[in-house]
Amino acid sequence: MSGKPRLTYLNGRGRMEPIRWLLAAAGVEFEEVYLETKEQYDKLIKDGSLLFQQVPLVEIDGMKMVQTRAIMNYIATKYNLCGKDLKERALIDMYVEGISDLMQMILMFPFSPPDAKEKNLESIKERATSRYFPVFEKVLKQHGQDFLVGNKFSWADVQLMEAILAVEEKVPAVLSGFPQLQVFKTKMSNMPTIKKFLQPGSPRKPPPDAHYVETVLKVFKK
Amino acid sequence: MSAKPKLYYFDGRGKMESIRWLLAAAGVEFEEEFLETRDQYEKLLQSGSLLFQQVPMVEIDGMKMVQTRAILSYIAAKYNLYGKDLKERALIDMYVGGTDDLMGFILVFPFLSAEDKEKQRAFIVQKATSRYFPVYEKVLKDHGQDFLVGNNFSWADVHLLEAILMVEEKKSDVLSGFPQLQAFKARISSIPAIKKFLEPGSQRKPVPDDKYVETVRRVLHMYYDIKAN
Repeated sequence: MSGKPRLTYLNGRGRMEPIRWLLAAAGVEFEEVYLETKEQYDKLIKDGSLLFQQVPLVEIDGMKMVQTRAIMNYIATKYNLCGKDLKERALIDMYVEGISDLMQMILMFPFSPPDAKEKNLESIKERATSRYFPVFEKVLKQHGQDFLVGNKFSWADVQLMEAILAVEEKVPAVLSGFPQLQVFKTKMSNMPTIKKFLQPGSPRKPPPDAHYVETVLKVFKK
Repeated sequence: MSAKPKLYYFDGRGKMESIRWLLAAAGVEFEEEFLETRDQYEKLLQSGSLLFQQVPMVEIDGMKMVQTRAILSYIAAKYNLYGKDLKERALIDMYVGGTDDLMGFILVFPFLSAEDKEKQRAFIVQKATSRYFPVYEKVLKDHGQDFLVGNNFSWADVHLLEAILMVEEKKSDVLSGFPQLQAFKARISSIPAIKKFLEPGSQRKPVPDDKYVETVRRVLHMYYDIKAN
């Protein structure tokens, strides 16, 4: 049996993507099992592998971990990406939770009814540019450092990078009012592990399409 | 300036209640400022105190902390309620994630229409008894210890007790199939700090009513409809 973490999810971004980002940023290789049918999912539940009958599931260090935040916390701590003390951790947690709220809007977007899509897209743009990006723009401007917290690469930087790229896919010029974030994005893109993750052939998943939505609805059908 | 943490929120449960529970369980006294008017909220916004323009906000140890999960993690770590190592922490995080999801269904409840409330009540009870409670029942049965993780009182125990009481408010006999949880509830309720929090006059907030809903909508200008699960 491989020592690598094993991820079980659909073959797409969803709630697993931030975990893929974090493992990749930490330079950790992982395996993936893709859920394609309801039968596979039902079997997983029957086997008792899913504590709350839900995915993401990450098998890591002898544990069958569920709950995205729990998994992210474990990986971030294990690979020294959560600050040097309680206060840095608090900052990282605040930033990560804020970004996660923004990412939640993007997560749900493919599942919105057609007549709500335009409104939801506007909401994503509005929230990104008036609530979330200004905060990180200001943080970077004020301390002038390369990374969000403690002058050191952390979970917060990975999540922010993921969020920037995800919003840009929906709103291409979204960083135009945010010079610090533009510089941040370039710096992150050049970090070796992130650069590798951004190349074709990496475990990074493409934006959700109709097939992905269809698979989600099929696998999780009640 | 007091050294006590200061909580900024509405005079009601919402997302702040889990924080009140955890501080109380840790034996930490705290102050509260209740948002009653839109003006107060706008003043807070203008003062730059709310990182993402949202409450809960907790002033603690020189920080203006926002984001419920971040605040809870900080308190749990500071007061040694987060396990003894990374693996115990992972278990606590998983268990808290589950009770958080369950309490999330209850959080929206007061904002639903009367018809949706009935549907949601059934949904809450169904999820509690088929997805969440069986997990904790089994954890306690399997190790036979008093607490969920590492034979030590932790954030996971506080959060589970809070969730149990909230679901019981929706269906009083919901623990009838869960003998371990019944014993757990009695045990944790009798811990002095928790016992105190459960007594009248504590900072524990009552079940949200129409006045609470009205206040939240007014302060946040949150007039849209919320849907049931």
